[in-house]
Amino acid sequence: MWTRDQQAARAAKELQDGFYVNLGIGMPTLVANFIPEGVDVTLQSENGMLGMGPFPFAGEEDPDLINAGKQTITELDRTSYFSSADSFAMIRGGHIDLSILGAMEVADNGDIANWMIPGKMVKGMGGAMDLVAGVKKIIVLMEHNAKDGSAKFKTACTLPLTGKGVVDMVISELAVLARPTKGAAFKLIELAPGVDLDTLKARTEGHFDS
Amino acid sequence: MANKLYPDAATALDGLLFDGMTIMSGGFGLCGIPEKLIAALRYAGVKCLTVISNNAGVDGFGLGQLLETRQIAKMISSYVGENKEFERQYLSGELQLEFNPQGTLAERIRAGGAGIPGFYTKTGVGTLVAEGKEHKQFNGETFILETGLVADVSIVKAWKADPYGNLIFRKTSRNFNPMMATAGKVTVVEVEELVPAGTFDPDHIHTPGVFVQRLFVGRDYEKRIEQRTVREREPA
Repeated sequence: MWTRDQQAARAAKELQDGFYVNLGIGMPTLVANFIPEGVDVTLQSENGMLGMGPFPFAGEEDPDLINAGKQTITELDRTSYFSSADSFAMIRGGHIDLSILGAMEVADNGDIANWMIPGKMVKGMGGAMDLVAGVKKIIVLMEHNAKDGSAKFKTACTLPLTGKGVVDMVISELAVLARPTKGAAFKLIELAPGVDLDTLKARTEGHFDS
Repeated sequence: MANKLYPDAATALDGLLFDGMTIMSGGFGLCGIPEKLIAALRYAGVKCLTVISNNAGVDGFGLGQLLETRQIAKMISSYVGENKEFERQYLSGELQLEFNPQGTLAERIRAGGAGIPGFYTKTGVGTLVAEGKEHKQFNGETFILETGLVADVSIVKAWKADPYGNLIFRKTSRNFNPMMATAGKVTVVEVEELVPAGTFDPDHIHTPGVFVQRLFVGRDYEKRIEQRTVREREPA
């Protein structure tokens, strides 16, 4: 099994030199810590920044400089700032190469649900619906099972969708599942150390080719 | 030149407010919010507001203050996760809420300000957001119709302005502010600094003065930080 950091490091292997990347809030943010040597990526933050730098040193926080998770950050020599309309022109216009997001459920047809639990959680979708609709490649980084043990990779999502048929790859603490095109079936790409196929199948509801 | 300068938030809003009006309010989280104008709305007591804003502030600050006083009847937002009072009012049915994907919200405001009544987007197709909306195929893909948004008054925070209402924003506090400046029937702007005419390089102006009707300099900005994240200095 992979730890959260190892999961993030595995996702970071999908980064390619020159990529423009948007990282979601939570575990996906950790991916920035594992960008492989020699791979140059530019991180986009949908609140209006391209070229996101690390957290500031204590005492150097700037309230006018935050990321989409409302965390204080810094700028780099490549940084540009722009309005939310320009930011989503990048996202919806297909100019961002990769987005790594969290999810509550993913279906084996690529549907994703990550914004709402009816009657319970009403935080909102933020930029997630725009990201899954517009970014070239979508990777989901999530725990394989929910707290009640139910599978999060399902035959069909039960929660309100964020997007239909949009997910390209799922990385959990157990395995990597991916598909070459949006219409294709998911295939097992890699098992985490110490995880066998039977364990994976027992803890998964959705179909994948092995 | 028409005078756009006002001494403070209350006088800048004078004569513009009425119950049931629609207000656009700039900012992302607490970054770049018009904190003086929000405080003035609270003091003015105007009610039954429809507020268009990406977020709803936090409990007790930003738009959270207008939720506390029940001045807001409806929010059009993309994310409200930082506000317990918002969640409570919504789940109990006291507050109406229209969730928009963040990019759709930004584009609806941009379109409204540009005189564009509607546009088609892929965002939200096959989700709750698409329900009841016109669907149309372009090049074999499905898109939904979204409409432009305008407001009776837009309240905007910029970094600097000149007396003509030309604006410059700072870092990520720009966010929704420039589009909202274009989409208000009247746009009221608060800034940290007023500079003399001719100070700005015209090539560096973010929002041209035509979009700005009223302007004042705010004092003692609180600029709260929601998530203070820092890194350790490496030992020398």
